[in-house]
Amino acid sequence: MAHIVGAGDTGFGRHEGRTTIDLMTQAATAALADAGLRRGDIDGLICGYSTTHPHLMLATVFAEHFGLDPVYAHAMQAGGATGCAMTMLAARLADAGQCRRILVIGAENRATGQSRDSSIQTLAQVGHPDFEVPYGATIPAYYALLASRYMHVHGVTEADLAEFAVLMRGHAANCPGAHQAAPITVADVLASKPIAAPLKLLDCCPISDGGVALVVAAEAAGGGAHIAGMGQAHRHQHITHAADLTQTGAALAAERALEEAWAGLDDIDYLAVYDSFTITLTMLLEEIGFAPRGGAAAMARAGAFGPAGSLPLNTHGGLLAFGHCGVGGGMAHIAEAYRQLAGKAGARQVPDRRTAFVHGDGGVMSSHVSLVLRAE
Amino acid sequence: MEPLARHFWDGCAAGELRLRRCTSCDTWQTFPREFCTACGSTSLQWRRAAGTGTVHAATLVTRAPSDAFRPLVPYAILLVDLDEGVRMMAHGMPGLAIGQRVAVTFLAHEGRHLPRFVAL
Ligand SMILES: [Zn+2]
Repeated sequence: MAHIVGAGDTGFGRHEGRTTIDLMTQAATAALADAGLRRGDIDGLICGYSTTHPHLMLATVFAEHFGLDPVYAHAMQAGGATGCAMTMLAARLADAGQCRRILVIGAENRATGQSRDSSIQTLAQVGHPDFEVPYGATIPAYYALLASRYMHVHGVTEADLAEFAVLMRGHAANCPGAHQAAPITVADVLASKPIAAPLKLLDCCPISDGGVALVVAAEAAGGGAHIAGMGQAHRHQHITHAADLTQTGAALAAERALEEAWAGLDDIDYLAVYDSFTITLTMLLEEIGFAPRGGAAAMARAGAFGPAGSLPLNTHGGLLAFGHCGVGGGMAHIAEAYRQLAGKAGARQVPDRRTAFVHGDGGVMSSHVSLVLRAE
Repeated sequence: MEPLARHFWDGCAAGELRLRRCTSCDTWQTFPREFCTACGSTSLQWRRAAGTGTVHAATLVTRAPSDAFRPLVPYAILLVDLDEGVRMMAHGMPGLAIGQRVAVTFLAHEGRHLPRFVAL
């Protein structure tokens, strides 16, 4: 059984003059220090893609740069699900005996390394080049289409969605390195600049620089978290071809991970769920079953997802507040779940937690990867 | 642009919404391919769609991705369930609501004619 034995991050925000490779280096150095390992202890390397450093062989480039000599290395691409997918692959490599200690990294200077227009246009390319992108569709527009339908079917309101932006800012206030930690209210979210109705600026995650690295190992190091279950689902790439916007594949991925972990939803006591937009988080919580359909916001208002609640959620602030630097954004959820289970979350440590559920979504609810982590 | 996509956009320029239909199993497709995704048949024909449908999802974009789209802001992007039984993305007149019946028109923009649905 594979284990997470270390995590490190750069903090998210603006890191002027720092390249993808610089941020990968910083995150990897921090993860090795947390794990108490040296470069020579690492025999596997998996890294995410970088839109600001789109190299064909990013993992090999980084191995050379950082001074690694892995027996297995490559970069992966599954959009926002990449962090969870890389961690899953690392765990399988460890389980298979291919590697003993795998460094998993996602980092990018997405905020300072390109213009905002360039970033928005690059990301919109997850849409279809001939039948979606030509309409001037953007990632917020794709998610706004989902939101309009989901709100229509399940009676979710804009104020419901806003609840999650407020919650994530509240969490980020206790997390060093968060990109946006200033408190906001539901009224602030509703009054923020429209982006793609019904989504407004504060329903959207910021574009950040940053990076996160994990060390996945075949053997426990004491006090870490073991990766007890993993599952994926991929039912569409393009939103036009999502057959049912209430069954995007998230629940299937979760079921597969829970089954491998011999766990049920009731066993989960910590949540780390992808939150590129407020609607993303709402849909994922409800489709997977942590909240009834249309009921996630009511649970948030009741405090269920707070540090003292039954299901603390994204206690670092998630993509919505800790920030989104691409692959590293999704990895920050995993790092935080590991830290909470390992008792390494510092001032934001929640009371004893045994079993965390982590979910990453890539594209437009296109790729889903779930992980179940257990405290050692 | 792939030849099949070109055929779709040429149709838009001619004021026609063109879809592919499988001659073996009658399934229509919106992202045209050389084969039918339902049955695998490679026997498909282009047909002129009725151009009518129902709004499935709608957004109003105010943050355009590029200079090319800024003059159109705010513009509505829809998912429309066409009467042929397939879904497509398109522009729409602002204010269209989910469930509303719509018909296609075309908007010339940057060398393309974008399908833009209006209330029926
Ligand atoms: Zn067919």
